[in-house]
Amino acid sequence: MSERFRNRFPGYNVLDKWDSPSWNEQTREVVRKRLTEIPERRFFTESEWEILNAACDRLIPQPDRPNDPVPIAPFIDEKLFENRGNGYRYATMPPMREAWRQGLRAIDEEAHAKWGAGLCALPDNQKDAVLRAIQHGDVVSQAWQGLPPKQFFKTALLHEAVTVYYAHPAAWSEIGFGGPASPRGYVRVQVNRRDPWEAVEQYEHE
Amino acid sequence: MSEPPRARDGRAPDVFHRGGWIPMRCRRDEDEVDFAIIGTGAGGGTLACRLAEAGFSVVAFDAGPFWRPLEDFASDEKEQEKLFWLGERITGGDNPVQFGSNNSGQSVGGSTVHFQMVSLRFRPERFKARSQLGYAVDWPVDPAEMWHYYALVEDALKIAGPVNYPWGPPRPRYPYRQHELNAAGQVLARGCEALGVKWAMTPIATLSAPRGEAHPCVYRGFCKFGCSTNAKQSALVTWIPRAIKAGAEIRDLAMVGRIEIGDDGKATGLVYNREGQWRRQRAKNVVVAGYAIETPRLLLNSECSRFPNGLANSSGLVGRNFMVQSNHGVYGTFEEEIRWYRAPPSLAVCEHWNYADHGKDFPGGYAFMSQGPLAVEWAQTVAPGRGLWGMELRNEMTKYNHQAGLKIVGEVLPQEKNRVELADETDEFGLRIPRVTFAYGEEDKKLYEHAIRFMTEALQAAGGRELWSIEDTAHLGGTCRMGANPRDSVTNADGRTWDIPNLWICDGSLMPTVAGVNPSLTIQALAYRIADRIKTLAGRGEL
Repeated sequence: MSERFRNRFPGYNVLDKWDSPSWNEQTREVVRKRLTEIPERRFFTESEWEILNAACDRLIPQPDRPNDPVPIAPFIDEKLFENRGNGYRYATMPPMREAWRQGLRAIDEEAHAKWGAGLCALPDNQKDAVLRAIQHGDVVSQAWQGLPPKQFFKTALLHEAVTVYYAHPAAWSEIGFGGPASPRGYVRVQVNRRDPWEAVEQYEHE
Repeated sequence: MSEPPRARDGRAPDVFHRGGWIPMRCRRDEDEVDFAIIGTGAGGGTLACRLAEAGFSVVAFDAGPFWRPLEDFASDEKEQEKLFWLGERITGGDNPVQFGSNNSGQSVGGSTVHFQMVSLRFRPERFKARSQLGYAVDWPVDPAEMWHYYALVEDALKIAGPVNYPWGPPRPRYPYRQHELNAAGQVLARGCEALGVKWAMTPIATLSAPRGEAHPCVYRGFCKFGCSTNAKQSALVTWIPRAIKAGAEIRDLAMVGRIEIGDDGKATGLVYNREGQWRRQRAKNVVVAGYAIETPRLLLNSECSRFPNGLANSSGLVGRNFMVQSNHGVYGTFEEEIRWYRAPPSLAVCEHWNYADHGKDFPGGYAFMSQGPLAVEWAQTVAPGRGLWGMELRNEMTKYNHQAGLKIVGEVLPQEKNRVELADETDEFGLRIPRVTFAYGEEDKKLYEHAIRFMTEALQAAGGRELWSIEDTAHLGGTCRMGANPRDSVTNADGRTWDIPNLWICDGSLMPTVAGVNPSLTIQALAYRIADRIKTLAGRGEL
């Protein structure tokens, strides 16, 4: 699998619109907080935290941002610390907080069972193999007792990781999303038309 | 972290002005009001307005806050999770339903604060599904009467729509002109034209011209996360200000825990929690309008010695016949730039399969619409939907501006085994939380399989490549169905429960069937009609 991120929007940064009519005060406040107030670890134990970070690094690899990766684990920790759910819990899953503690421990146990070391100690390709096995429910560890691995991977781990990442302005920029848009919205809404405040795409010739 | 209630001490937030207030008549808990309404969304908001305008004393309770959209709503998917009902619900069965952002609001104005504003009418025959189309059950209402109320609600919300709607019997011109078709809608139009079926601009509850203090929609595309310009004609900016002006009181951040029953077997009022205190509001009539989960939950949680199986439940049907609508979708990549984040997500619609009775192998109907997910929502679709993660996901996501899709609102048929019950666990108020069980039936599966085939052909014909499909659900219905007799329904055609004459229901739980259209317009038409019926009954001394 390619580890290279193909940037289609190299000249675009939604934050350039910060002072424009596309951003209102309440949006600036919300995004400012997200960019500057990275929550401290309060819910996970140190070892759970390390496993979570190792998993997030593989779910959303950011080799193109060696110095300033978008933080993911801190916001998952915050959600669990505040015990903010999504409005539902699958009958087959334990309560959210228990599911996460058990799930992270089980990921690590799975790494041990398959590769003889905890997730954090494995090279990237073996980390990926562990995660892919869990994604497909192909697990051997007893630590999954009472926690369906496929469901944990899909509805908790992957769901929360992408939810945090794609709520960050860096992610909005890299997919060419217009980002915040109030009070100014859009005028040219038809196919192949673009407002001056929207991303310009650079087509790559391979 | 939690803010105190705003609607109190003789005033309520003015939704049209930052920091503004409007006067509101407040009642005391010990005042026996004519109507205590639980919920202020499409059902409760509409009813509170119409009953107050008819001169009844009304207090309406909502578990959520009373927002001023201009200052409270950010252009941010994550921040706007504050609009969703995020209390725990246990979801099970063969096809467990997702709640929260998907279908449940917790604000004054209810889910209409984050709905997509699609305002479709039932095809008239769908109200008589059993007798006219041969499946499910009939509604106990006259289709012509419902179409009359649709027109009243469309005018109250200044729905923007086409001059001529291409399906069904003639209907009046929509009050406001249709919007401009966006790129995502152009894709739907192309696909339908290639397949030889009609399409239309979606009749939609966002302004296409100025109205009072609200200006037209600016196509910012955050509709599902709250409209920060007030172009959206939610209950919060339409029925609620009207209700307050007519003398109704709205109590925000007020969670109702139980309805109380007197020695005569009639409701005497309700118990609610506000600012951490349990209080009791007396009322001559109680109306439950909490939507298809919270309404049966409250009725079941209000069990008492006289009604040990919950209120209004002599039929055993409270919580049963829970329905969703199938919301399956097909997505594809296009050569052109679509930029589907612009404008309301579903500006174009095809109702062909709601009106055609041949060429299909299922009894119900479906509409399909153009789509416009924002960044987080799209990632939440692509990652689990295609099993993508890692750099593969990041690279796939960069096709965002070239993506388009079609999703259905598909009719799911009522089944008694699909239901809402109480779990043993309790929430922060000590109230038992709901447990929901849902499985699609065979007819439901045939419907969405048909839809996926049809939409795949349409997207292909429109130039889409790399097509893939997802399963999803949207909207809720059933769980306290209205009907013609007490054995097989919870209420009569007026939403009046068979068992307790001063206990009413007014929301989507009443729907015996959900048809293949978004429910909000139908719920509002039904509420408008129930208000008129209550006026008539009061005039006859039959309340």
